[in-house]
Amino acid sequence: MLPSLPLTFAIGGGLLIGAAAASLLLLTGRIAGISGLVARVAGIADAGPPWRLAAAFVLGLPVGAALVSLFVRQPQIEVTSSAPLLIAGGLLVGFGTRLGSGCTSGHGVCGVSRLSPRSVVATLTFMVAAMMIVFVTRHLMRV
Amino acid sequence: MRATLSALFGGTIFGAGLALSDMINPARVLGFLDVAGRWDPTLAFVMAGAALVSALGYAVSYRLRRPVFESSFFIPENRQLDSQLIAGATLFGIGWGLVGFCPGPAIASLIYGFWQSWLFVVAMLIGMALQRAAVTSRRHGADADTADRARE
Repeated sequence: MLPSLPLTFAIGGGLLIGAAAASLLLLTGRIAGISGLVARVAGIADAGPPWRLAAAFVLGLPVGAALVSLFVRQPQIEVTSSAPLLIAGGLLVGFGTRLGSGCTSGHGVCGVSRLSPRSVVATLTFMVAAMMIVFVTRHLMRV
Repeated sequence: MRATLSALFGGTIFGAGLALSDMINPARVLGFLDVAGRWDPTLAFVMAGAALVSALGYAVSYRLRRPVFESSFFIPENRQLDSQLIAGATLFGIGWGLVGFCPGPAIASLIYGFWQSWLFVVAMLIGMALQRAAVTSRRHGADADTADRARE
């Protein structure tokens, strides 16, 4: 069990994520959908923004995380999953986000905030699926 | 160039938000998804804050003819619910719940150098490539069907 995070960090972080999505939209006209941008950078997406734009956004993610850990707080990274679980999870996340046209950022933040029916349905679907899997692994199988 | 720099700025702010709110930590995310355990509400506050500011961005965008550094907005217009959307979101949710990483946090966490992040991201890229391969082969299959029918 993790110590609870100060609410200012949770809300502040959320506001930053929203500001990032809004600035990408207003400055470049693009949706901050990270699975789509990553696929574009990897050369496995047919449509999307120019490669340089997608690459710049994706590169910014670890840079922003590094800045926070240098100047604000050092986030802990606790990954308890075994290697086979990480591989299975990664494959499912990669395949699923492309098949479903988005992830937590594109559907969960951008799509929900503009009340796109597809994004609202996708977000409810992946939330419920994730909660069910956590229930199964933590409470039924006790992995 | 200005659009590229804007994207770098946006990505950096996004990554900072993920680290500040601890969404970069799979244990924090799994704490939110574990509704039957000691529930951690952090992710709900993060999503609410993010959606609020993002909604303001859309409200402003509807009043602009075009974005500042590009000629037009690129906003998906598809409103059709289909089985691919549901199947994809379900598979994504299962993977997310298994590990606690989704694409943004997984990429942002690469900077900390944990092998787990790298392994996850490599598997994720392979998953994306497999999905594309599946679509391509199905499209070829459909083309072959059409050709067969044309021959008949």
